Amino acid sequence: MEIRAKDWGWRHASRRAWALRNLSFTIKAGERVLLLGASGAGKSTLLAALAGVLGDANEGEEEGLLTIGGTHPRELKGHAALMMQDPDSQIVLTRVGDDVAFGCENMCIPPDEIWPRVDTALKSVGLDLPRDHHTNHLSGGEQQRLVLAGALAMGAELLVLDEPTANLDTVGLIQVRDAVAEVVADRNRTLIVVEHHCSTWASLVDRVIVLAPDGAIADGSPTQIFPKMSEELAAMGVWIPGEYMNSGSLPFNAHPVRTITSQNPTGTDTSSGSCEVSIQFDPEIPTQVHKPKDGHHIEGDVVKFRDERGLDGSDSGYRPVAISTHGLAIGYGSTPIRTGISIDIPRGLSSVITGTNGSGKTTLALTLAGLLPPLDGVVEVAETLAPNGRSSPHTWRSRELLTRIGTVFQSPDHQFVASTVFDEIAVGLKALSTKRSRARSSHSLRRPESVPDAQTIESTPTSIDATVNQLLDQLRLTHLAKANPFTLSGGEKRRLSVATVLACNPQVIILDEPTFGQDRLTWASMVEIVATLRDQGTTIISVTHDQAYIEALADHRIDMGEL
Amino acid sequence: MTTQLRSLSEEMCRTTILDCVNPVTRMGAAMILTFPLFITLDWVSALTVVALEIVIWLALCPRHMGSRLRTLGLRAIPFVVAAPLAGLSMALYGNPDGQIFFTWGLIVVSEQSLSYAAAVAARVIALGMACLVTLIGVDPTDMADGLAQVWHLPSHFVLGTLAAVRLVARLGDDWRTMQLARKARGLGDHGVLHRYATLAFALLVSAIRRGSTLATAMETRGFGRGRRTWARPSKVGVPDIICLGIAAGIVGFGLALALVTGHFRWIGDVL
Repeated sequence: MEIRAKDWGWRHASRRAWALRNLSFTIKAGERVLLLGASGAGKSTLLAALAGVLGDANEGEEEGLLTIGGTHPRELKGHAALMMQDPDSQIVLTRVGDDVAFGCENMCIPPDEIWPRVDTALKSVGLDLPRDHHTNHLSGGEQQRLVLAGALAMGAELLVLDEPTANLDTVGLIQVRDAVAEVVADRNRTLIVVEHHCSTWASLVDRVIVLAPDGAIADGSPTQIFPKMSEELAAMGVWIPGEYMNSGSLPFNAHPVRTITSQNPTGTDTSSGSCEVSIQFDPEIPTQVHKPKDGHHIEGDVVKFRDERGLDGSDSGYRPVAISTHGLAIGYGSTPIRTGISIDIPRGLSSVITGTNGSGKTTLALTLAGLLPPLDGVVEVAETLAPNGRSSPHTWRSRELLTRIGTVFQSPDHQFVASTVFDEIAVGLKALSTKRSRARSSHSLRRPESVPDAQTIESTPTSIDATVNQLLDQLRLTHLAKANPFTLSGGEKRRLSVATVLACNPQVIILDEPTFGQDRLTWASMVEIVATLRDQGTTIISVTHDQAYIEALADHRIDMGEL
Repeated sequence: MTTQLRSLSEEMCRTTILDCVNPVTRMGAAMILTFPLFITLDWVSALTVVALEIVIWLALCPRHMGSRLRTLGLRAIPFVVAAPLAGLSMALYGNPDGQIFFTWGLIVVSEQSLSYAAAVAARVIALGMACLVTLIGVDPTDMADGLAQVWHLPSHFVLGTLAAVRLVARLGDDWRTMQLARKARGLGDHGVLHRYATLAFALLVSAIRRGSTLATAMETRGFGRGRRTWARPSKVGVPDIICLGIAAGIVGFGLALALVTGHFRWIGDVL
């Protein structure tokens, strides 16, 4: 079936501007197309239209013509398969076989034909599972392949993929890409994919269309488009496949930057006196941070680790410890998912925690962050971090965590609590000032080695405003100060979630998949922020799958598979 | 984890001959078992029904009796807690008659009010138990198939609800993560009410986001076109008739026993 757009456009009923307009193209049956464009270019709108789920005149205004085989896509609901970003929310039923059969039932396929179709579809996407396998027990990559199987069983001839691998780890990404490659191999199905990590798909597609809100701005084969437009595409946040990049390097070079900058890009500058931000840590001075225990890899007060950057010459293999665990068992509830974890997090460096889906990376990070209780064993922080000598972060009060260990969650939505961006950043500072007003004395001396607590962080209303404004400025969110956090774009939400943590200037920052599903621009700004913090002495712990991020920022690596 | 434990115990409950019975029939049996509880008010009929249904349920699978009894006990905790509370108000404020034991203001504890209290408490337990023994281990998908194909409820609503049930579990995960995030944001020391106020909005946002993705996914898979076929035919047969017969037998025996022993009391006598 040929897809034809002629001066097509769509305006959502609640918006004044057209999401997409003046779009014309013809896609032949069996063609494989990669759609690119900056965020807000109308890619998702076009995909929804092709899948027939854009809605009718009540939901928006349509102009021009969009047809699949001569018919409006709305009349063809069920003939195009749509795969979206969030795998978990696209699955309808709890058993694998039932979920694949769901579409067939809706298309009125006779029951005795359905089950053979289900088995064939599961096989062709490489899901070798019994029909009654529970869908909640699938990994993200398996879930996306299940969605694909559902579409194949229905007999969909058009596959429309909206960033299908944005939330997947490398293994899942390859599984989904290979499954798609397999089902389009015979050229009987048309493929249209939107994905800003386009190296995944570049080898599979034979055509690239670059969209802008006022129509297609480029249309051609990958070998024509990528070299010609690499600059423009990079500026849109698209990840160009390596071979087409002029420089051939990462968009941001995060390697050796050990100088402490005078202009502090993390949020505040020390001269304003509004908030202690630069807790400057000199790596050359050995600091008594960890009491020697019987743990075998602790030598004296320092931890031995491989310095992957090799910055510090001969003695670079030794570092003070910020957090260490001994025989730690982690898990939600009472049953541990991992036991016997003994690790050390070097102070003032960037550590990454890697491992496959379900290996317990996030659970470990949340336990280090003092948010989940250790089920067995201990989590111990350096003496200078511990309030009143309480070295187990799980026993700390919520407000005691703020200036010590900050956590950026994988999904920013989960951590937003306020109704404006400004208030969102101020939440932690306000919590600290409440504590200060309750504290008996507020004139304790600030010692350089101790953690600034409520007593030492200035958080009067004016200084809160100053700190927040500075963070807004530095994270390019000033124009959104009054917006509701939930209405921001993915990249803006990510920057905001980091800003909320930076406001209280914690000594340790834990980030769970900070670059997941982000375009190239947000990726670069995240790497820049983290590198700067690290260079100022903040201890960084990142849970990540992202190879480029690991290359840029891993001073120390903890692989869940090797523990 | 708890989900694993739950699925394990459900596995044990599932290997009985009750599985040959259509889930909607089991729901019908629950209705039969609970019906007399609404028209009578005595403790004998209620407790007889409870005792019989537990014995029969356990006899369905003697091999796992111990673990099945434990599962039943754990699930029954809410009713066992609620029953005395429901009975208490009857004991204190029920229509007084017979010997008066205690009076204080509006409170009159009498022979009759105490017997009402026992009857009400027994009813709460009997209602809960009837639903537990008939419905433990029912698969929601099978239930939906039955509701749509046997009872002919609109498939749109049945399948929509079924899909939503799956999402609720996901929302539980969101809720848990959001609570941890509140602690990380310095809000964990606030009172429960304050914390839940911000949590509720975030949960709503997350529910809408997941719900709209799911709705779109279902739509692209042809849901809502009207007529559809069913890959899993849901049928009723002889086992279903037997199941309903047993339920009616239990109820009949309980009522007869109450009549014979003279404890039977119709609810109209009280109102």
